[in-house]
Amino acid sequence: MAELITYREAVARALAQEMERDPNVYLIGEDVAAAGGVFKTTPGLLERFGERRVRDTPISEEAIIGAVMGAAMNGLRPVAEIMFSDFLATCWDLVANQIAKTRYMTDGQVALPLVIRTANGGGVRFGAQHSQSLENWAMSVPGLKVVAPSTPKDVIALLAASVRDPDPVIFFEHKGLFASRGEVPDGELVGQLGEASVVRSGPDATILALAAMVPKALQAADELSAQGIEATVVDLRCLVPLDTRTILSAVADTGRVFTVEENPRLCGWGAEVVSIIAEEAFYDLDSPVVRITTDHIPLPASDILEDATIPSVTRIVDTVTRSLD
Amino acid sequence: MNVAVVAGPDLDARLRVYRMMLEARRFEESAHQLFLEGLVKGTTHLGIGQEAVAAGFAAAMRADDLTFCTYRGHNHTLLRDAPPGRLMSELLGRSEGVCGGKGGSMHLTWAPTGAMGSYAIVGAHLPIAVGAAWAAVERGTGQVAVCFFGDGTTNIGAFHEALNLAVVWDLPVVFVCENNLYMEYTPIGSVTAVENPAADRAAAYGLEGLLVDGNDPDAMYETASDALARARRGKGPSLIEAITYRHGGHSRADPGTYRPDEEVRQWLARDPIPMYRARLADAGASEEQLGGIDQSVELWIEAAVEEAKAAPEPSVDSIATEVWADGGSQWRN
Repeated sequence: MAELITYREAVARALAQEMERDPNVYLIGEDVAAAGGVFKTTPGLLERFGERRVRDTPISEEAIIGAVMGAAMNGLRPVAEIMFSDFLATCWDLVANQIAKTRYMTDGQVALPLVIRTANGGGVRFGAQHSQSLENWAMSVPGLKVVAPSTPKDVIALLAASVRDPDPVIFFEHKGLFASRGEVPDGELVGQLGEASVVRSGPDATILALAAMVPKALQAADELSAQGIEATVVDLRCLVPLDTRTILSAVADTGRVFTVEENPRLCGWGAEVVSIIAEEAFYDLDSPVVRITTDHIPLPASDILEDATIPSVTRIVDTVTRSLD
Repeated sequence: MNVAVVAGPDLDARLRVYRMMLEARRFEESAHQLFLEGLVKGTTHLGIGQEAVAAGFAAAMRADDLTFCTYRGHNHTLLRDAPPGRLMSELLGRSEGVCGGKGGSMHLTWAPTGAMGSYAIVGAHLPIAVGAAWAAVERGTGQVAVCFFGDGTTNIGAFHEALNLAVVWDLPVVFVCENNLYMEYTPIGSVTAVENPAADRAAAYGLEGLLVDGNDPDAMYETASDALARARRGKGPSLIEAITYRHGGHSRADPGTYRPDEEVRQWLARDPIPMYRARLADAGASEEQLGGIDQSVELWIEAAVEEAKAAPEPSVDSIATEVWADGGSQWRN
């Protein structure tokens, strides 16, 4: 049996699955309990698991992240919600200097099994401080695992895997996907971090995408198919660990590579992936690798401006077509 | 303001506190000497002069309580029963160091006995201690998290966030401000809105403003015992401001010349270790007992330094270990 649910419903389902399984899993954050989350990703959890395990916090991002770090050091497996990923900037000391480095600096004395969930990405007209795609920030810091699912099924499977992971995980939920629907099987669902997914296969080009860029890449692949170009689309799902095996295999099969990144141009995840391809699969390439990204600008708010900034289906189709001409 | 009234523990326990302070002093003096010999690298932030805070608390804490301290954390880590030779080895960057040479002076940690880390970004460990206390409540362990920090920390945002959440959630955490009068090189009074940077702000969190003589180990022990008992009874956090003084500068790079000579002279005259030694003699400790401790600590520190000097350098094979829980550092397949 399978059921059609939304991406936002998948978040609550994953948390419920893990909280049911392990009494040490706790959830804290701003408005996560009584209000069910500002994006309604956590409704019903307070009623089901009680006010001790699902707890509202003040607007204190340093306290939220410090609290889950300290709790993870002392026997819990806590989950924190940072309402918008942009707010990670207010607690980045705790994330990048403390959580990411503690196991290493203590030579393994201190383990930090915790998850920081956060609403990420643009396309919903929130402007430059509530729309960023910040996976790159986390990807650049050794000691953090980085997950960004694109479907409800992957939300459940990968959030469950993140909660069970013995290392700190930054889990990026895409705001633009919350209302999207997808099929999920009944019963417990647990995935594996560090496995990309080949969501479409075709011999002519490989399109590498993440989170909200995955459905756009798929739609672009359909349009390209109508023009006789059959593309492979790979959903990376995790940036750390990075499934380079799947990426390099797709490169070898197609010889042409495009990344579709919502982040600004400089130091986007695609830059790292492309450098790996250049070092390890250069002779598999039939043409230069092309990165399709947001320009290196803050995101504007207005419909027309934001839509013209973030990579679109049309831009993906045009870029691939031009490159293959 | 409440100034703690002293009623110390029995003489044997006080002799142990004296020994703890002396161990801390000798450990840091040796660390300083080893720095001058080029064996300790980077920097060190010594707590020489501030030992009564660490010793008073460590003596009052339960074995499973958790300590969180700053980069000025040699004393706190040592006095929570971290192995001295391995601590000194860490300062020398040796493989037997408590952190395998990966941490260094500013990150001493000894989790087996609850020394949960030295935190080198000002303010970070206050919310972390709050989290550890939260887990203690949820797991019903009865542990208290004790968080030591300097006067400068009271002006950073994490101080406020941590105090507020600790009170709102009623958590067993004791915040201990070691007010040594200087925020690095700057007098704390010249950059702070209130006279007592921690105690005067306690009211903002509905807490009592506790000021204590941080050079008096009996007063520290008493204050610590009260706060720990209060936390264990479920009465929530405490905020304690201990007035003390560091005999040297902020760090290795700082000779501390910005401090008036007369001020330094007065505080050196209030050195907690000789003061306490004299008090214990007045209280009936024999010179044989006190001298025995002095001699024993000399042998103790010699052994720790020898152990550290003899310890091998870390293998470069250890560089890429312990990023992840699987022991490795793989980020790709």
